[in-house]
Amino acid sequence: MTPPAVRIAQLSCGPEYSGIQQEIDEAARAVNGEIFHPDLALKSIQKDFDAFGLNVRSPDLRLAIARARALVEGRIDADAIFIATCFRCAEAAIVRNELRRYIHEHSRLPVVSYSFTERTTAGTLLTRMEALTTIARRRALLAREEQTGITLGVDSGSATTKAVVMRENKIVGTGWEPTTEVLKSANSVVAKALAEAGLTRDDIEAVGTTGYGRFLVGKELNADLIQEELTVNSKGAVYLADRQHGTATVIDIGGMDNKAIAVQDGIPGTFTMGGICAGASGRFLEMTSKRLGVEITELGPLAMKGFGANVPMNSYCIVFGTQSLVNALAAGSSREDVAAAACHSVAEQVFEQQLQEVDIKEPVIMVGGTSLIEGLVFAMGELLQTKIVVPHHSQYIGSVGSALLASGFIKDD
Amino acid sequence: MAKVFIYPSTSLILADLVMRYGHTPLSSAVAIREHIQTAGFESAPLQISPEDPKKGLKWAAVEVPSGVRGRMALYGPMIAEAEAAIIINDADLAFGCMGCARTNELIVFLLRQKEIPKLDLNYPAGEEEGVKFVAAIKKFLSGLGGRP
Repeated sequence: MTPPAVRIAQLSCGPEYSGIQQEIDEAARAVNGEIFHPDLALKSIQKDFDAFGLNVRSPDLRLAIARARALVEGRIDADAIFIATCFRCAEAAIVRNELRRYIHEHSRLPVVSYSFTERTTAGTLLTRMEALTTIARRRALLAREEQTGITLGVDSGSATTKAVVMRENKIVGTGWEPTTEVLKSANSVVAKALAEAGLTRDDIEAVGTTGYGRFLVGKELNADLIQEELTVNSKGAVYLADRQHGTATVIDIGGMDNKAIAVQDGIPGTFTMGGICAGASGRFLEMTSKRLGVEITELGPLAMKGFGANVPMNSYCIVFGTQSLVNALAAGSSREDVAAAACHSVAEQVFEQQLQEVDIKEPVIMVGGTSLIEGLVFAMGELLQTKIVVPHHSQYIGSVGSALLASGFIKDD
Repeated sequence: MAKVFIYPSTSLILADLVMRYGHTPLSSAVAIREHIQTAGFESAPLQISPEDPKKGLKWAAVEVPSGVRGRMALYGPMIAEAEAAIIINDADLAFGCMGCARTNELIVFLLRQKEIPKLDLNYPAGEEEGVKFVAAIKKFLSGLGGRP
């Protein structure tokens, strides 16, 4: 069944001249979103721009500001807002950030922003668009606070596949393994989770899937809910951390990309997804542990014994990061110091590239497999000057969120 | 008859004035018309494809935002072709609006560098200045030769 259409107002500068407007339109169409460019009278553009008070010179950015004000004040109807400006434009970056903050603080409209290049594709934008439309369509479902019945959640991630079986608000079975063949891995973790729960597939009343392989796995398992990881993970995070009300910030450093999500009452307000390079992801830590000859599970405790400041390391790029790693070891640095430096470097990249784009509000909840690397959690806490919350089962966050939300699809519920 | 680059390049009033004096305006409409009449690829709304920002590398380096390079792929060839230029500084949005300030700075700079007849004017603040403004444009265009 086609989901209801979502009207997405586009506030932008440059996509049509970068040749990527059709990519934005295509990503929106894929999730039954309809991109539109709000119309404003010339007088209103000048008036709204002046009233906002950010005196930028680019007329397209002035128009974006005026459109944002009209949307926030309800003079134009929209279900969601997409902000897009050129990557590497300082003026646009300031506007993007201030508009996102302004919309978040003054309206309930979900907003996502993106800085594009001419290489941006619909595929890159799809998860963000999906999250945007999910928030617009499924506010009621996302407000769900308790899991009921018996449900299965599967998170088919880029690095690992996880499954959780939940029964009456409790986790009763879990399964985890590295992702190889998407379906094979999913079926295997589901079997493990069911075995641990002492249940069979027939006992499951609803299924939810998330992660990169969500569509394929969702089809295989005949899932009731197939939903991107931004909304699912933030729901799972506040649920497991018992912070379903009020503000929270969810950080998920994944195997391929990172997510930073500002959450209000369990529903994402603003979020960023991505990372310049795998140097800012769990992949770099995986490589570090291989180079140090330890299991990834041992990297965290090892890092806690070291002192990262002793080792210069910058994983802005995974190749340069690896070079720093090799150089440091060759220069005689201890494995502990190198492990700590690697954790600090990943945390720093996420802090610099992504956390600047969301308003950090406490509690800060770290989730995903990397949240079990205590050296990384410590480094992030140091950078943010706060105590990071890592909930139980944090590596299963996507599966838990899926199982929780899927229970909304149980008949008679 | 001269090919006159107009800035703001979206100004229909400037394009019209240039044509009235028998010259050819080089404007956004000309560049975009060429794009949207090119068959063979679909890249709505302007038919600018991701290849265009790469063509823009002739005028701006790779670290310059793609939107600037994509715009320069439109305006750069016209600047090269221009035999004269009219530059209106700080124009009202209604007179002609070009979206990106960085592109605008580069376009105006490239025009000022070029050894061609140029008219560099500020946008008029009132009626009296407006009359002088049109007269200056008329004098400049008449001086380029062509149909009066």
